[in-house]
Amino acid sequence: MDLAMFLSVIIGAIFINNFILSKFLGLCSFIGISKETKPALYMGVSVTFVTTCASIITWAIYNFILVPFHIEYLRTISFILVIASFVQFVEIFIKKFSQALYRTLGIYLPLITVNCAVFGVAVLNSEMFFKRGINTLTSFTMSALQGFCVGLGYILVMLFMSGIRERLELCDIPKSFKDAPIAFIIASLMSMAFMGFSGFRF
Amino acid sequence: MKKLFKEFFKGIGSENPTFRLVLGLCPTLAVSTSVINGFGMGIAATFVLLGSNIIISLVRKSIPDQIRIPCFIVIIATFVTIVELAMKAYAPELSKALGIFVPLIVVNCIVLGRAEAFACREGVFASMLDALGMGTGFTLALLLISAIRELLGNGTLLGFLILKSFDPVLYLVLAPGALLVIGLLIGGINFLSSKRRSA
Repeated sequence: MDLAMFLSVIIGAIFINNFILSKFLGLCSFIGISKETKPALYMGVSVTFVTTCASIITWAIYNFILVPFHIEYLRTISFILVIASFVQFVEIFIKKFSQALYRTLGIYLPLITVNCAVFGVAVLNSEMFFKRGINTLTSFTMSALQGFCVGLGYILVMLFMSGIRERLELCDIPKSFKDAPIAFIIASLMSMAFMGFSGFRF
Repeated sequence: MKKLFKEFFKGIGSENPTFRLVLGLCPTLAVSTSVINGFGMGIAATFVLLGSNIIISLVRKSIPDQIRIPCFIVIIATFVTIVELAMKAYAPELSKALGIFVPLIVVNCIVLGRAEAFACREGVFASMLDALGMGTGFTLALLLISAIRELLGNGTLLGFLILKSFDPVLYLVLAPGALLVIGLLIGGINFLSSKRRSA
């Protein structure tokens, strides 16, 4: 566990392999909720929270239940169930705990269950770090870190995109390209810019 | 009978999951780098759709309304696991090329969307046709996008060299190309259908 590995996970998850722009995960919410900055930011924060927690929980499930019983092939079912129930639990908890927070974040939480980014980060962690051979502590830290940084990358791109789309409201776009098509084309240009980061080496 | 045919064809045309409903984009964009990958993904997703639609429409009356989403997800995840294991056993190269996008079929909005919007209300046969139609529409969309990207980005189609005196545009095979192709395709389809409506 050295600094270079830390840095490569952080920079990799935020910039080089940005989940939205180069792995295409979480695209549905990216196109759907990026029309204004505020909802985009709230969605990003909720996603970051859930990806971080989901990384930790799925790490525990994989290492303490699936591996000891040799049922790694149940990964998909167990991960998605745990993520779905965790999101539900967070929703109930926030509702009881703070009405104000629920009103701002509540509507985004059900969307997160089927957000590919959350499940994607769990699967990616399990492919990258959970396999036996890496010691337990390292795989735990790296998974949690990757979950958190993927969320940060998500917030970053959501903010860029919503800022651009707010400006775009004032532009004269051909009618058939309004909304989704122009959003994809902008995302393509942004993705091209992000490809510049792939030159980083650690 | 006519109604049943309509259930099948709406998935290909008027309610095409990719171009009309803009659902299930993550796998569409990520695996459409070559026609073979796109086709494999389309078939896998169609199988999951078909299986989950049939089972969900069979048990729809015994699932309580409040916990239907977790129930649907378990059923879908079961079929995804079947596909994952079968693909690893019989088509290991395809499974390696598709990578994490095979388990990710579980969060494909098309599958859950069809379960929620169609299979939990309608009979088994209609749900089956709906799944087949949606699956075909998804596969066709994947084939179209991957054919464009492979032909212009690599000069090949299904691995055969087609465009010989043409410098391939590598950009289209990389991530930004996928976003550009789908943006232009959706815009173009919108344009064509608005033309047809006004004519």
